[in-house]
Parts: sequence; structure tokens; C-alpha cells
Amino acid sequence: MSSRRSRSRQSGGSRITDDQINDLVTKLQQLLPEIHNRHSDKVSAARVLQETCNYIRSLHREVDDLSERLSELLATSDNAQAAIIRSLLMQ
Amino acid sequence: MKPQNLMNPTSSSSLKSRFTTRFLRALSRINARKQFTSTSSPREIFQRYRRIKVAADKSMAYSVRSKRRWSRVMLSKLRSRSSSNSFSSVRLRRVKKSSATKTGHEKEAKIKSGGDQEEADELRELVPGGEAMDLCNLLDETAHYIKCLNTQVQVMRKIVDFYSP
Repeated sequence: MSSRRSRSRQSGGSRITDDQINDLVTKLQQLLPEIHNRHSDKVSAARVLQETCNYIRSLHREVDDLSERLSELLATSDNAQAAIIRSLLMQ
Repeated sequence: MKPQNLMNPTSSSSLKSRFTTRFLRALSRINARKQFTSTSSPREIFQRYRRIKVAADKSMAYSVRSKRRWSRVMLSKLRSRSSSNSFSSVRLRRVKKSSATKTGHEKEAKIKSGGDQEEADELRELVPGGEAMDLCNLLDETAHYIKCLNTQVQVMRKIVDFYSP
């Protein structure tokens, strides 16, 4: 409900300048491994947003895979080992 | 990709240590649960995987505290779904739904709005709380969310490496 309202407000109410959007898109672009390295300034905003979505999905997948691997690894390690690792990482 | 360019060194390193501390604490709690049964069945491994995933997201959101909208929304979603344990499946379902509904009229709307609308809406579904954000807010929150996801992945990878034989 609230989402619908704020989305439609976007075009009317508070003025968002193109410069502001461009700045934020550039900032976002710098976080993307794909586009970032290409150094071309002519990447469209739509393209940056699309790449951003892809990147977030790949990070989500990676968290998923790492969680799965951790679960499997915990099945074979004992608590003592975990405690050692913990102390190592805490340093 | 140069990781040091990805984030502000001071703010991210403390976020990183906050996340690491929280996540490791959660992991050892999850690991302690295991001791009640002697062997890990596939079902048990799957349940633990779900718990680890939730712990990873919770630890990340808590490390950000309530400074960001996405972390607040993520925490409230995790809290309301902790009993059903379905956060990740909701995430998956949403992605499927969004790709399935890309029909002709959406493409039409995209052309009318100058091309960014469809991508922005896709992004809204990926960033927690994104549905209720205006474009400026969405872009800003997305940048922060990506930095945090990166930290999350880095730390988890490091832990997996430590555990790996």
C-alpha cells in the first residue's frame, strides 16, 4: 500500500534533479565489477541498473552457496576446532 | 576489481569486524546445537544451511544497525519470518515472479518512461524495503547494500577457507 503511494509520488512531489540521479548512478557504477573496469562513460543508466540487479543476484547466490558449504563443513568439524578457528579470527 | 576501492576503509572495516563477530557467535551457537545428535543427516545439513543463511543476513543487518532503511526492513522481515524459516524461498519466488511478468505491456511502459523504470522496479525487488523507496533513495540504499553484501561474502569465504581441510 505504502509502496504504491510513494512510487506514484515520485514523479510529482519532491523534485529530484537529473544531476542527483546521475551522481548516484555513477556511484553505483563504481561498485560493479563488470562495468567499472571498462572505463567507458557512455554506459546508460538503464544498463547500470540492470548490471546492478545481476550483481546483487550473484552476491545472493554466493551467500547461499557459502551457507551451504559452511553447513557441510560444520558436519565434519567438532566444537574444539570451531573454538580454535574462532579465536584465530578474533585476533 | 580492487576491493579497497569498493568501500570507505574506516567505515567498512568496522562494519566488517562487527559482522564477523556477530556471525561467528551465531555460527558457534548453531554448531553447539549439533552436539545433541551424533551424525548429520542431509535433512539436518539443510536445516543448518537455512539457519546459517538467516544468521548471515541477521548479523549483517544488525551490524548496520538502524542507520539504513534496507537493514531495518531486512530485520523486520527476518523477525516476522523466523518461525516459518522462509526468507530465502521468498527471495527466490520474487525473482521468479518478476522475470515471469515481463510482458509486452511492461516493455511499452519502459519506452514511455524513458527506459529506466523496469530496471528500477527490478532493483526494488532485490533491495530490502526497495518497494517503498523513491529513485534517489533506492540508488543510495543499493550502493550501501552492495557494499555490505560484499563484506558478507568476503567474511563468509574466509571462514569457509578456515574450515576447509
